[in-house]
Amino acid sequence: MSLAREQQREAYRRMQRIRHFEEQGMRLYAAGEIAGSYHSSIGQEAAIVGACLALRDDDYITGTHRSHGHPIGKGAKLDALMAELMGKSTGICKGRGGSMHLADSSVGILSESAIVGGGIPLAAGAALSAKARGTDQVGLTFFGDGASNQGTFHETLNMAAVWKLPAIFFCENNRYAVTTSVAVSHGQPDIAKRAQGYGVPGLIVDGQDVTAVYEATRAAVERARHREGPTLIEAKTYRFDEHQVGLSIIGAPYRTDAELQEYVQQRDPLALFKAVLLDGGFSEAELQAIEQEASSAVASAIDFARKSPLPAPGDVYEYMYANPIRYPPKARGVRG
Amino acid sequence: MTAATQSEFPAMQRMSYLDAIVQAQVEEMSRDERVILMGEDLAIYGDGKVLQAFGDLRVWSTPISENSFTGLAVGAAMTGMRPVVTLGIASFLYLASDQIINQASKLHYMTGGQMKVPAVFRCALYYGKSIAAQHSDRCYPMFMNAPGLKVIAPTDPADMKGLLKAAIRDDDPVVVFEDSAFWGLKSDVPTDPGFLVPIGKAAVKRAGSDVTVVGIAGGMKPALAAAVALEKEGISVEVVDPRTLVPLDMDTILESVAKTGRLVLVDIANRTCNGAAEIAATVAQAGFQYLKKPVLRLSTPDVHIPFSSVMEKPLYPNKDHVIGAVKELLDLESVV
Repeated sequence: MSLAREQQREAYRRMQRIRHFEEQGMRLYAAGEIAGSYHSSIGQEAAIVGACLALRDDDYITGTHRSHGHPIGKGAKLDALMAELMGKSTGICKGRGGSMHLADSSVGILSESAIVGGGIPLAAGAALSAKARGTDQVGLTFFGDGASNQGTFHETLNMAAVWKLPAIFFCENNRYAVTTSVAVSHGQPDIAKRAQGYGVPGLIVDGQDVTAVYEATRAAVERARHREGPTLIEAKTYRFDEHQVGLSIIGAPYRTDAELQEYVQQRDPLALFKAVLLDGGFSEAELQAIEQEASSAVASAIDFARKSPLPAPGDVYEYMYANPIRYPPKARGVRG
Repeated sequence: MTAATQSEFPAMQRMSYLDAIVQAQVEEMSRDERVILMGEDLAIYGDGKVLQAFGDLRVWSTPISENSFTGLAVGAAMTGMRPVVTLGIASFLYLASDQIINQASKLHYMTGGQMKVPAVFRCALYYGKSIAAQHSDRCYPMFMNAPGLKVIAPTDPADMKGLLKAAIRDDDPVVVFEDSAFWGLKSDVPTDPGFLVPIGKAAVKRAGSDVTVVGIAGGMKPALAAAVALEKEGISVEVVDPRTLVPLDMDTILESVAKTGRLVLVDIANRTCNGAAEIAATVAQAGFQYLKKPVLRLSTPDVHIPFSSVMEKPLYPNKDHVIGAVKELLDLESVV
């Protein structure tokens, strides 16, 4: 099942929103308005949006430290996301999560885990929950090529197969776990083939092609909803920026500039999709309006974030417990 | 069990500590269909009875994948279920600790309150049985040091049942340490399904006036035995059972120390940074004025548990150690 015309428009809109959000976010990070670390999703927009569009509003997602694209791809509002990056009290996680943890539960994102592979069992657990409750919801986990070497990937894929859980294992294979390539860290280059060992269908999809990603994920979602079990999807993609903005890499480069330029110039998912849309009858003006809308939405989110108050330092104990029992504890003369 | 409990819930049934664990789970699973059980080889020991009482979608018998099935439970907890994870022997908690600490304990906070993790992680303190260092750990102090968790260590059948039921109904992740020293212990337990023991409330298990002895988990066994023996010598020992290690009920302990002025702590965990250390530090800061003598701490030394029982048995605090410590605080000749 391919993207209908309105879905194509929405796909392009969400990809543009991710791109603009990340471009502006990196600028704010460099300027010191965003603290901590910054992992950009630029280059991976088609993989993210294609997968998200195949899901319903009541499905579940877990993600990764490269967390900004997932909620935007699932349709989240930008204001609270940008406010979170700036550590404001209006942030989606109230200033307690930050850049690596932009989970927005209003669009089904349960968590974004900065422990590599940490979110994989959570999504399968959400799938188990759906099965136990008798609903047809699915759980999709985004993870990277690096996470496919964690025990949680293998253990969870096995359990999802044993119990036929409505789970989708979606690998954003951007070829590098920080500086470690798939070539030097995987026994063979295709992560999808690992599915076979667990009796699960595994398929490879061009992660720069939003339509192909959508179709593959849609098929996996249908399988899951019909209680036929999990699917592993490997989207071959590429990150255009460094693992983390400003990362200092000592010694020989781990990827060549020629490789990077090939992706940026010929495999940019936005440019590829724009060509498809123009070919399919969308006008340049229509698409430019979408781009402009994305740019304005990001500008408005930055404005919201800047005007939002910082959290009070004394509020640090809030949200430690859902059911606090004598918390925070009495100081008893203790400093710290 | 306290006198208040007896008057509030007059109907009693005599049962073992292990039976109390089974009954707590069966009652809560009958009461609330969101409660599910997960773990390895559930057919053996007490959980086999739970397995028989409920079907496949309530009881999930897992492969040996502690970290990931714990993660599945966390994901299920975040999406409307209330999982009880049985992890077997406490040493296996290390395998699950990534999901317990990095996910379960942190997600309510890191999502700014968007997610709740109402999960229970059960394990047995299984030591003193010649099973060597990889099966004999008493590792609750490590989990006391992970904020966001609640930690309970009940020491008699009624507390076991009431606290486990309270843990299952709690909206936060709770780690339960079940001490095998009490498995066969039988006593009267309220039959009312509404019987709960509040998390975070210590119990004075034996009133006294000369010395306070606080026993943690299996430390309660020698504490109570010593109190009975000392009574025959005319020495009045007050025995306090914290029951919950996080949040620790320091008010009850300080109240007792204010009365006696002397404190012996009995903790079966290794000495460094254990529960006794935390209580001693807090009493030194908040109750120094009550102390007539230095606090005495009886712990297992910082050594691995050997297989050979002649080396293992003397390591744990026993009745004679407690008697010796109490007499030392009273400037009496010790028998040991």
